Amino acid sequence: MSNTTILRTRGLSKHFAGFAAVQNVDIEVAQGSIHALVGPNGAGKTTCFNLLSKFLDPSSGDIYFHDQNITRMQPADVARLGMVRSFQISATFPHMTLLENVRVGLQRSAGLAHQFWRPTRVLKRLDDEAMRFLDLVGLVAQPDQLAANLPYGHKRALELATTLAMNPQLLLLDEPTQGLGHEDVEQVTELIRRVAQGRTVLMVEHNMSVISRICDRVTVMQRGQVLAEGSYAEVAGNPEVIAAYMGESTEEMHA
Amino acid sequence: MPRRPRIPVYMVWGLLLLAIAAPWLGLYPVLGMRMMCFALFACAFNLLAGYTGLISFGHAALFGGAGYITGLALTSWGWSTPAGILLGVLVALAIGLVMGVLAVRRYGIYFSMVTLALAQIVYFYCLQADFTGGEDGLQGIPRGTLFGLPLQSDRVMYYVVLVVFVASWWFMRRIVRSPFGQVLQAVSENEPRTISLGYRANRYKLGVFLLSAGFAGLAGALKSVVMGFETLTDVHWSTSGLVILMTLVGGLGTDLGPILGAVIITVLEEKMGTISRFLEQLTGIHWFATLNDSASMVNGAIFVLCVLLFRRGIVGALRERWGGAQVPAD
Ligand SMILES: Nc1ncnc2c1ncn2[C@@H]1O[C@H](COP(=O)(O)OP(=O)(O)OP(=O)(O)O)[C@@H](O)[C@H]1O
Ligand SMILES: [Mg+2]
Repeated sequence: MSNTTILRTRGLSKHFAGFAAVQNVDIEVAQGSIHALVGPNGAGKTTCFNLLSKFLDPSSGDIYFHDQNITRMQPADVARLGMVRSFQISATFPHMTLLENVRVGLQRSAGLAHQFWRPTRVLKRLDDEAMRFLDLVGLVAQPDQLAANLPYGHKRALELATTLAMNPQLLLLDEPTQGLGHEDVEQVTELIRRVAQGRTVLMVEHNMSVISRICDRVTVMQRGQVLAEGSYAEVAGNPEVIAAYMGESTEEMHA
Repeated sequence: MPRRPRIPVYMVWGLLLLAIAAPWLGLYPVLGMRMMCFALFACAFNLLAGYTGLISFGHAALFGGAGYITGLALTSWGWSTPAGILLGVLVALAIGLVMGVLAVRRYGIYFSMVTLALAQIVYFYCLQADFTGGEDGLQGIPRGTLFGLPLQSDRVMYYVVLVVFVASWWFMRRIVRSPFGQVLQAVSENEPRTISLGYRANRYKLGVFLLSAGFAGLAGALKSVVMGFETLTDVHWSTSGLVILMTLVGGLGTDLGPILGAVIITVLEEKMGTISRFLEQLTGIHWFATLNDSASMVNGAIFVLCVLLFRRGIVGALRERWGGAQVPAD
């Protein structure tokens, strides 16, 4: 793991009608690491992701990708720089085939996105590459199946294959194992570990066993603020973090 | 392979043969040309609405706007017919550019409202401007010649329109099945995801809006040449409503639906007198005779029936009957 920082925020804040969903957050993600963002429900993790990927404009603060200030950029341009996000709810193109889904991730960089006068046939030259990504996530068997027909776990895998087709340096994964059965969690975890080779991953994750196994560093958020940061062992032993999670479970009990 | 169900290819060839033979089978060529102009207009609308879900309420401005400009170029400036039609298309593209830039970042009803508002501006401009002839319309547009071929004969004109129509239809079908069409489909199925893959979604929506505007303009320009006049009806909001109706009745997001819808609605409007008298004689109920005066009510009734009976228009229903795997509903 190298020591260079790939993504850095300074004083990042977002207010929704006076409510501070994200407050003064400073995060540093080291290149080549798998970095987890954790915290109770409503802590501001997804909002953070929306800010980083520029789907939301921050109320204040700055975001740097490789020392380039990206705070004012368009979301599509951030993606082109090499920082590609996924969504908390799986995001595929349901009425397109698996192959077509992955090809969408390849088309733009291949210069095959604007051509409205050529037949879809010309996209066939991307098929081999698309199949490699389907193979990587274990979905190579039925490339002509419609994405809508996949079970949920496979949709998440397809989403990952499409993201990887962008050849991103940094992946932002919002709860990649949420809603998956035990076996699927194992597979997706293994997959993330595998695709993280030579890349950086920032992931929101609730499953502590997943975090303890694959994450190099953990940032804990609570009520929009960073509560703690460190290795899994460090944050897991932090009394404030334990209190935050205890607080959550107590609230749940009373709810 | 579980793909979308399709209308068999022989249907398309059958329809083409029918269109070629129609003037000899008793179809009044001017009615046939009117059908094709509206069918082209509906296909243009469908290119936008059927594949992006953006329902424009302003397409009349593109259709009628082009019609007026072409008419003006042919009557007052003495331009040749192809040049006049080309100018009409360019003007539709220009109006479409303004509309598209302002509208594509909106969603749902807000998109429709922006297009409607801009189309109303075009309507009021046409109402006031001198060259349009106001309430009287622009009369006496000459058909002229096409590369030396005189277009006065209705039959000759019919085949010219048919060629333009078929070529345009084929090209729009190609757009839907192009690399660009794939990105459009991605945008319409999951816009945030498409953006996260590095596509500036609004640019693609603007692109298809312009393509749709160009073909709507071509339809309007052709119609003014065919009919020899242009009136305020074509820029009126009710024409925007008419093209929505045609597309939905025939089948939104299908290749042939807009054509079928346009043919049905055009025939109904044209032949309502005959149909209502026939129904009156058949049933002896005098009320049917009054239908002639309320075409919009009949259109409305057909619309309601189609929506209730066939979720995806008539062609959508046929397509399901012809089989292929079922695709989950949108
Ligand atoms: N667009 C919005 N408008 C108003 N409030 C919002 C908006 N988006 C998020 N919030 C609020 O901001 C807070 C943080 O939400 P966020 O989705 O970031 O939490 P999270 O940490 O991702 O939670 P979870 O674990 O449930 O996904 C919540 O209280 C939420 O209600
Ligand atoms: Mg969240």
